[in-house]
Amino acid sequence: MPLSKADFAAVWLTLELASLTTLLLLLIGTPIAWWLARTASRWKQPIGAIVALPLVLPPTVIGFYLLVSMGPQGFIGQLTERLGLGTLTFTFSGLVIGSVFYSLPFVVQPLQNAFEAIGRAPLEAAATLRAGPWDTFFSVVLPLAKPGFITAAILGFAHTVGEFGVVLMIGGNIPGKTQVASVQIYNHVETMQYAQAHWLAGGMVLFSFVVLLALYSRRSTLRVWQ
Amino acid sequence: MIWPFTRRVPRLIHASGKGEIRAQFKVEHAGFTLDVALDLPGRGVSALFGHSGSGKTSCLRCFAGLDQPREGFLQVNGELWQDSTQGIFVPAHQRAVGYVFQHANLFAHLSVRGNLLYGFKRIPAAQRRVALEQAVELLGIGHLLERMPGHLSGGEQQRVGIARALLTSPRLLLMDEPLASLDLKRKREVLPYLERLHAELEIPIIYVSHSPDEVARLADHLVVLDEGKVTASGPLKETLLRADLPFVFEDDAEAVVDGVVSGHDAAYGLLALHLPGSAITLQLPHAALPVGQAVRLKIKARDVSLSLQPAEQSSVLNLLPARVLECIRVAEQAHVLVRVQVGGEQLMARITRYSFDRLNIQPGLSVWAQVKSMSLLSSN
Repeated sequence: MPLSKADFAAVWLTLELASLTTLLLLLIGTPIAWWLARTASRWKQPIGAIVALPLVLPPTVIGFYLLVSMGPQGFIGQLTERLGLGTLTFTFSGLVIGSVFYSLPFVVQPLQNAFEAIGRAPLEAAATLRAGPWDTFFSVVLPLAKPGFITAAILGFAHTVGEFGVVLMIGGNIPGKTQVASVQIYNHVETMQYAQAHWLAGGMVLFSFVVLLALYSRRSTLRVWQ
Repeated sequence: MIWPFTRRVPRLIHASGKGEIRAQFKVEHAGFTLDVALDLPGRGVSALFGHSGSGKTSCLRCFAGLDQPREGFLQVNGELWQDSTQGIFVPAHQRAVGYVFQHANLFAHLSVRGNLLYGFKRIPAAQRRVALEQAVELLGIGHLLERMPGHLSGGEQQRVGIARALLTSPRLLLMDEPLASLDLKRKREVLPYLERLHAELEIPIIYVSHSPDEVARLADHLVVLDEGKVTASGPLKETLLRADLPFVFEDDAEAVVDGVVSGHDAAYGLLALHLPGSAITLQLPHAALPVGQAVRLKIKARDVSLSLQPAEQSSVLNLLPARVLECIRVAEQAHVLVRVQVGGEQLMARITRYSFDRLNIQPGLSVWAQVKSMSLLSSN
C-alpha cells in the first residue's frame, strides 16, 4: 500500500476544505461579482483590486496577516473569543476562512465576467415582463450565468486544493485537522519518503489535469447559446 | 380569428378615463437633452419618427420606466406612472407595458414557449386578457414553440418578441424599431402582423421608427422628433402635410390616403379604390384584392399635377376634382407645393413656380388634380 492512513486523511481533509470553501465562495462571491459587474461607483476599481490581491501576493503574506488577525491579539481572534469560539488559528475553521480569502478572485472574476457578458438587455426585457429585481436575478441572471458559475466553482475548488502557503501559516500541520494533501507532500519530502510523495503529487497532477480538461471542454460546448 | 382585445374586453379605455396619453420627459445625458411634452391618443398607433440620435428610443425608454427622467410626468389612460413633482415613479416591472425591442431580446436560455410564458406567468390570472394560443396564432409562431431563440430567423425572433409582449396584456404597447434590424424580406414577413395588431388591438401603441414607409403604413398619429425636441405632433395625414415643416419625409412631400377596394378590372389589371365619404374612385395597376378591403395609399407630391380644366385626352388615369387649400413656397426656387382637398382627403402637389403663376393658383380655387402614380402601402 503506497498511501498511509495519514495520507488518506489528508486527501479527505483537502476535499472537505475545498468543498466547503467553494460553497462559501459562491455565496460570498456572487453579490461581490454582481456589484462589480453592475456598478458605476468610483469604488469599483479599488474593491476589484482588493479582491484580486491574492492573485499576486505570496500566499505567506496572506497567511501571515490572517495568522496575526485571527490570533489572540488580532481583531478576528478577539471577536471569536468574545463569541466563545476560541481562536481560529490552527483549526479547520481557520483554514476555511483563509481559503476563502485566498481563492476569492478565482470565483469572483469568472462570475463578474459572466454577469458583464449578460449585459443590460435581458434584465430590461425581464423588467418589461413584470419581473422584479430578485425575480430577474433568479429567473434570468442565474441561468444565463450558469457557465460562469460552473467555471467559478471549478476554479475555486481546484485552487483551494492546491493551496499550501496559507495553510502552513495559519493551519500548521495537524494530522486530521489541518494537514491537507499539499502539506502532506511536503512532509514526505522532508522525511525523504519520495515514493509516497510521488503518489500524492502524481494524484494532484492527474486531478488538476482532469479539472482543467473538464473546464476547457465545457467552454467549447457552452458556446452554443452565446 | 377575432382578437381578444376587441371581443372579451369591449374597451380597455375606461368610460371615465379620457383615453389619452400625457407625457412629459426631460432627460439630460452628456451632450444630449431630451425635452418633450406629448399628448397622444389613447388608442391607435402613434409613431415617434426621427433620425437616429433624435431621442426616439430615449423617449420610449421613459415610457417604459427603463430610464427615469429627472423631470417627468406620464399618465396613460388615467393611470399615473410618473410625476416627478410628487416623487411618483412606478418602476418598469410594475407598469402594464409591453415592450418590443429592436433586436427581439429573447431570453437565450428559454425556449420560445418559455419566453412567451415568462411575462404571462407573472401577471395575476384575473388580469390576463390574451391566451397563449391567441398570441401564437396572431403572430403565426405555432410551429416555433419548442425551438430555442438561437435557432430562429430575425423575423421569427421579432414575432416571438411581439407575442411575448402582448401576453402580458399591456395597457400600452411600446415598439422600438421592431423592423429596423430585419432585411427587406423579413420586414415583409413581419409587417402584416403589425398591421393586424393595429387593426385588432384596442390598446395604444407607440411605435418608434426612422422609416417613412413604415410610419405612413402603420401610424394614425405622428410625432416628429429632432435633436430631443418635438417638431410636430398630430394626426398622421395632417402632420405629413404640415406647411411649416420643411418636409417631414425629407426627399419629398407625400400624402397618405385611406381607401376601400371597390373592384378590379382584370382585362387591364387595374384595381379600383373608393375614397370613403366621397364619390371619388382611384385606379391603379395592382393585383385584385377583395372588394371592401381597407387599403392605405401613398401619393407623392411630385406625382400630382394640377390643371384648371379636366384634361379630356390624357394618359393619366386619375383626374380628381380638388380645391386649393394652401400654397407653400419651398426653399428651392423653381417649385411650389400646393395642398389640395380631394373628397375627405388631402393631397400635396408639387408644381413649377412658372405654372403656379400662369394658372394663378390661390387658396379656394377649384382645380383638377392629376395623379400620375401612387403606391399601395398596406393591405390589411
